[in-house]
Amino acid sequence: MNNGEPWWISLIKAAIIVNLVMLAFAYTTWLERKLLGRLQLRYGPNRAGPFGLLQPIADLIKLIRKESFFPVAARDSVYIVAPVIALFTALAAFAVIPFGAGWQIWHYHVNGEIANVSIGLILIFALGSVGVYGAIVGGWASESKFSLLGSMRTCAQLVSYEVSLALSVLGVVLMGQSLNLVDIVNKQGATIWFFIPQLAGLLVFFFAVIAETSRPPFDLPEADTELVAGYHTEYGGMRWGLFQTAEYINMITLSALAVTLFFAGWHGPWAPLGPLWFLLKVFVLVSILIWVRASVPRLRYDQLMSFGWKVLLPIATLNAVITALLVVWVD
Amino acid sequence: MPQPIDSVKGFAVTFRQLFKKPITQQYPEFKRPMYPRFRGRHRLHRHQDGLEKCVGCSLCAAACPADCIRVVAAENTPDNRVSAGERYARIYEINMSRCIFCGYCELACPFDAITLGNEFEISEYSRDDLIYTKDMLLAEPIKRVPVADPDLYDTPIPYYETNS
Repeated sequence: MNNGEPWWISLIKAAIIVNLVMLAFAYTTWLERKLLGRLQLRYGPNRAGPFGLLQPIADLIKLIRKESFFPVAARDSVYIVAPVIALFTALAAFAVIPFGAGWQIWHYHVNGEIANVSIGLILIFALGSVGVYGAIVGGWASESKFSLLGSMRTCAQLVSYEVSLALSVLGVVLMGQSLNLVDIVNKQGATIWFFIPQLAGLLVFFFAVIAETSRPPFDLPEADTELVAGYHTEYGGMRWGLFQTAEYINMITLSALAVTLFFAGWHGPWAPLGPLWFLLKVFVLVSILIWVRASVPRLRYDQLMSFGWKVLLPIATLNAVITALLVVWVD
Repeated sequence: MPQPIDSVKGFAVTFRQLFKKPITQQYPEFKRPMYPRFRGRHRLHRHQDGLEKCVGCSLCAAACPADCIRVVAAENTPDNRVSAGERYARIYEINMSRCIFCGYCELACPFDAITLGNEFEISEYSRDDLIYTKDMLLAEPIKRVPVADPDLYDTPIPYYETNS
């Protein structure tokens, strides 16, 4: 299962990947603010360091130094655990995403992923579903009406879009004939990148990703103008920071998952650059998510629900059925 | 349902902005000139012979809706002549943290002794520092702001259209 890789190599890789993902998160916030600024004819952060590159560090120091204030009515233990659940699940999902072909270092074989799990895809969706608890429990434990409304919306939205998200990748699973992400990537490297035959699946997946990460135009869980900030209204300081981290890491993870499932992971059209291709593709997808945020206004709640159930779900189902028929027919 | 083509057009509109120069004015480095009639930090004035214009009548304090002006008047004497009138302001204080910059004091003053200048960078770290005494109000402001040439703004084409 792990290709003869000793357990301690996995551990070192896990430590490196967690830190790299956190770094990627920090600079995704920078990228988002900078790109959003430029898309709106602003500069974005440009005070802390050259091009505002030290801005994430300044933000971190500011958040950590803030008083960890919380409402008297809040249920302490649950209130504190909620952001931890959100961040843990977001980080853990990255464990099964393959980012390289594997290397021979000294006389050890190092795999291009932390854990080669045979049901990797299901694991990611399962962790995502557990992550929803962070938002729901956090909003409920805050004892505030804005938080409660926010977490109810989060719950409804994430649950309805998770269905489309899971169905949209069914086509990929059928074509890759595996739930193992490494196998799916290898299959794409050997045949064709799945975004060409699975274009409908990719589109549904993309919309569902925007909704799952609750980004504009599907950012109803934290619609600033209506709900202050949704489920994390009553959070401040680094606890709020953990929720924000979880949200951005979810965005990175789901972009990475899209790269893995539809754009052949570390394979490039030419030049075997390995992880660099992977990084480049994730970067492009994250930038597209930011671009969408700058371009589309927020939907109304009934529009969001009818789009999820009446448009995305039928397309995803149809796509899965047709792919299944074609796969059987070709075989 | 949304119109798909129009939505895609919207994406093109935002994407085009990437290649334009941002219109943000970088404030501390670039100070946009103020209109001449902008109401900022107060000033007290003197006559040309050096005597203060303020005669301590407290009309400004009476007119002030925020109640931020405090005037205590005293009689002028031949060996201590401060103002041109019969009395002068022994204490003249403006609490800048309460002032709403409405300019009523300026309107109420019968001798044009108090006017509102153009300076707006008057924040301090302590509230105590925001109580301006008579000496501070009589002296030239430490920070100055550029004042606009009215001709620059009173043009048929708005400023932002030619300079962005």
